[in-house]
Amino acid sequence: MTFMVELLISVLLLLGGIFVLVGSIGLLRLQDLYVRLHAPTKATTLGLGGILIGSMVYMYNTQGELSINELLITLFLVITAPVTAHILSKAAMHNRVKVMERTRNQHLIETARMQLPPKSEDEGSKGDIKP
Amino acid sequence: MLEISTILVAVMLCVALVLNLWRLIIGPHVVDRILALDTMYINSIALILLYGIFSKTPLYFEAALLIAMLGFVSSVAFGKYLLRGDIIE
Repeated sequence: MTFMVELLISVLLLLGGIFVLVGSIGLLRLQDLYVRLHAPTKATTLGLGGILIGSMVYMYNTQGELSINELLITLFLVITAPVTAHILSKAAMHNRVKVMERTRNQHLIETARMQLPPKSEDEGSKGDIKP
Repeated sequence: MLEISTILVAVMLCVALVLNLWRLIIGPHVVDRILALDTMYINSIALILLYGIFSKTPLYFEAALLIAMLGFVSSVAFGKYLLRGDIIE
């Protein structure tokens, strides 16, 4: 394995590790559940993508053939991470988790809880969200 | 160089796992705990892949794929239970 390939794999792995660490710090430090949901579902998926690409390059260089397993893991994670985040945020709305005071459009939580489509409160401006 | 960076990334992932565990313990609501558990699943997949690189074998990818599937299914089951009060209706 040449030096450049090793450097490429190391950079990819370090990038992935930094993203995973940032996602976990965000999970610990942010204030609200809905803000906290943002950190790991994006950053951790991106970090795992970096580690998977590094692993793919490494296995291609040692085994001589491209293995399909990393691609499967990447595809599966990219598909399932938004689904999990959506279901968790719906469960949080259903259970009336406390939100930050600065959160906009807090009346829409009740609408989502009743599982109705969102409607504007005055009929004159349809589609506008009241601030 | 690859060994040094692998060990460094493993240390980063272990710190991330400890932070997730802290959120899992102190989480004020159940949804926080489910989110922390889901993040721990993803970080453990990364750790397993890293161990596969470190020991120079492609054996561990199937284990990572299995853990990814089980993590998704368990998170969806927890969320479904919180939403509807039942998993399979």
